[in-house]
Amino acid sequence: MTVADAIAEQFDRFEDTPQWLVDVGLIAATMGGIYLLFTIFTILGPSRGAFGAIVNNLQSITFWTALYAMMVLALNLHWGYTGLFNIGVAGFMAVGVYAFAALTVPPTANPPGLGLPLWVGLLGGMVAAALVGAVTALPALRLRADYLAIVTVALSEIIRLAFLSTVLERFTLFANVDFVPDVPLGTGAGRGINIPVNPSIPVKALFYTNPSNPASGGRTGFGSLALGVFEAVGVRETVVVSLAYTIVLIAVVAAFYWLLVRVGNSPFGRVLKAIREDELVANSLGKDTRLFKIKVFMLGCALMGLGGILWEAQRGFTDPTSTTFRPIQTFYIFVALIIGGAGSNTGSVLGGALFASLLFQGPLFVSRIVSFLLDLGSAPSSFADAVGPLLALEVGPFLAYTMNNIEDLRFVLLGIVLVYLMQNRPEGLLGHRKEVAASVPLVDRKGNRPREAAADGGGGDGDE
Amino acid sequence: MSGAQIDRLASVGSAVVERPKLALVSVLGGLLAVDLLFRLVGFRLFVGPVGLLGGQLAVERLLTLVWNGVVVGLGIGLAGIGLSMTYSILRFANFAHGDYITSGAFAGWAIAWLVAGVTSGNLAGNLGGLLLIGETSGAPSSSDLGINVVGTPLAIVVGLLVAGVFTIALALAIDRVVYRPMRDAEGIALLIASIGVALALRYVIVFIFGGANRGLTASGPKLILAGVNGKLAVAANQETLTAARQGGPTAGEFYLRLPLVDLGAYSREVLSVTSSELTLVGLSLALMLGLHLLLQRTKLGTAMRATADNQDLARVTGIPTERVVRATWVVGAGLAGASGFLLALERGTLSFNLGWLLLLLIFAAVILGGIGSIYGAIVGGILIGLTNSMSLVWIPSSLSTAAAFLIMIFVLLLKPDGLFGGVTTA
Repeated sequence: MTVADAIAEQFDRFEDTPQWLVDVGLIAATMGGIYLLFTIFTILGPSRGAFGAIVNNLQSITFWTALYAMMVLALNLHWGYTGLFNIGVAGFMAVGVYAFAALTVPPTANPPGLGLPLWVGLLGGMVAAALVGAVTALPALRLRADYLAIVTVALSEIIRLAFLSTVLERFTLFANVDFVPDVPLGTGAGRGINIPVNPSIPVKALFYTNPSNPASGGRTGFGSLALGVFEAVGVRETVVVSLAYTIVLIAVVAAFYWLLVRVGNSPFGRVLKAIREDELVANSLGKDTRLFKIKVFMLGCALMGLGGILWEAQRGFTDPTSTTFRPIQTFYIFVALIIGGAGSNTGSVLGGALFASLLFQGPLFVSRIVSFLLDLGSAPSSFADAVGPLLALEVGPFLAYTMNNIEDLRFVLLGIVLVYLMQNRPEGLLGHRKEVAASVPLVDRKGNRPREAAADGGGGDGDE
Repeated sequence: MSGAQIDRLASVGSAVVERPKLALVSVLGGLLAVDLLFRLVGFRLFVGPVGLLGGQLAVERLLTLVWNGVVVGLGIGLAGIGLSMTYSILRFANFAHGDYITSGAFAGWAIAWLVAGVTSGNLAGNLGGLLLIGETSGAPSSSDLGINVVGTPLAIVVGLLVAGVFTIALALAIDRVVYRPMRDAEGIALLIASIGVALALRYVIVFIFGGANRGLTASGPKLILAGVNGKLAVAANQETLTAARQGGPTAGEFYLRLPLVDLGAYSREVLSVTSSELTLVGLSLALMLGLHLLLQRTKLGTAMRATADNQDLARVTGIPTERVVRATWVVGAGLAGASGFLLALERGTLSFNLGWLLLLLIFAAVILGGIGSIYGAIVGGILIGLTNSMSLVWIPSSLSTAAAFLIMIFVLLLKPDGLFGGVTTA
């Protein structure tokens, strides 16, 4: 009996509550617990629980939660709904971001772009990611799941290496074609690319008269009011602006969630789940499963592209060495999805939240608190200097070294969690919920729900 | 046009229609071959202002690329054998294989440095620094230790053995904890678990050894093949060759004139081979031969091949599959560790993502050769190594890795069974 089992069993108690209410309650309860934990962390930490610090930390946790929830939902469409083992998420994010940059960066900048408005960039980024997805999907979806995994991860590395290569640092489209104006473009290679027109600008425009450089302009009416109120209670102005952007992200997560629920409940979505359970059966029922797989792959990639833009481009700068585009990013998103439970949208959001708070940010907070409370002094510079005193039963240097290298150990923790989950709960927190396979409500005349709805047949029971 | 000619054309046409992918690959391969030939003779084919084919490529450069490709390819092939075996016998793509390679390299080199430290008298006060391969400040450097194949052969041999043994122990321990409880799970569940293992291993290495790329070896002797006034000769350094061209080779230096054809006034350097490269090539070939004998001549080898072919049938026949699985890890991990050690020796540098960066190339080699076929893995490794280095003729070096990945994707799409038609896995 694991903690996850215990949590999952609690669901039975809410049998008569509408499902959406249970889901909202679940997410609210989880976030509440996370907020409580990080409030305690802040109180224990160096800032001694100043109100501004608490708001800052909770904002940052919510920000990461929203980013991961967004990407996990997009991946859920591939892996959870359709069973497509795509581990090239980072590559599709990169395509979205670079397409966005190519479209929106002013032609005068270096590297140059087309200088189109923000919304064109957002759409273009999604279309570009979807097209790359289609090019991948057309041939690759015939492959077995493990081959698809290798192809997608290789593709994401090809994309990253291509953006890193100096070949594409600056190039001109249509250089040798008459009648078409030359279009100078570029990826900036290792130097990266500045993205002045980015998703954070409209949010900043709420507060500042000159959103691309807040310091040079004044505040808008709303800006001086909102920033003034928050500053009065000790919240820094950058935190307020980030908070506003986080709210936008939460809205996008809600939109993704809504879209996925709609897709999942549509006839299209039922075919996807049929493909996940048994592609041969779906095929035998006259569904062109390849077409369905290509469509859903493109849709998921478009969402990944959009997620990438909202994640990376809002910083105003990107380069191919960014962690966002490394394969590790894909694994992060996968871990979050597996924690939450592949196939479940609520699980995806929960997984994003739990991953971002406990696995991704949590260790950093714990390390800071331990270093602060125990006064460990300066950490040894190498493992040998840390282990040496251990032989003399001095734990301090080793602890200091551990806390100093917590970012590396975070990956170790991640790996262990992944193995643990695959061994003990491969379906995650919510991945094994009963799913109603009928399009009409399964309620008898008296309004009683049947005890057992159709099982989702995911398999994997009784392997403990 | 005669009837026979028309028939022949028609049969070519129908072959193209029936096997369009093969036709496409043949056309592309043919174009590259023609282009390579044009480049070697220095001919450039223009259509209008656009240079279509050909260019400049010195024979010496081509030879160097081929040699580099073979060296790296043998390393990849050696590492790929283990991946191929676990893929076919345990039926999952082991994403942690790259980090087994890295673990072996770090364990082996830590001991190699320790041995070199002892033999060069640098041990006192430097135990930690040597075991961490120079991570601590003030630790002796690779040139202090003079560590290379010729200078400290004992360190290299001990290091290689430790690399293999440590990786075997590691793989068996991980199998016991991670994979054995999931023996009946699907391939994808095992694959995801192996990603977890990969992450944990890689960052434990970073935690212990640090994330920096470090120099491993002192520059060692090498062999240079060069033209000396029209005759080919081998020498250990440039000065000897220069002296030989101007009259006679320096006395006491290694110099060997090859009794080959007269090349006129040819006096350029052809190929330079380091002792590390020769070690990698020699030991890889020896290990591969040993494995061949093991699989073909021993009962264990037969059992392994049977299990790879059909696990249920093997079990029915009375083959203890669990023991075969253990033997698979022993052989696969031993070779992975050894290849990690040798590849690091050949590069002269070592960093924590050595194996991860190689992993996709190794997958490419294994899939190209056909999963489950160890000869396929070897041939696939050499082909991928050659692709990786030969692609430099056509594309900039920043894209050569991408080119090898692309080749792998094409192989998966065009011939997912691989060249040697491996067994199918779930």
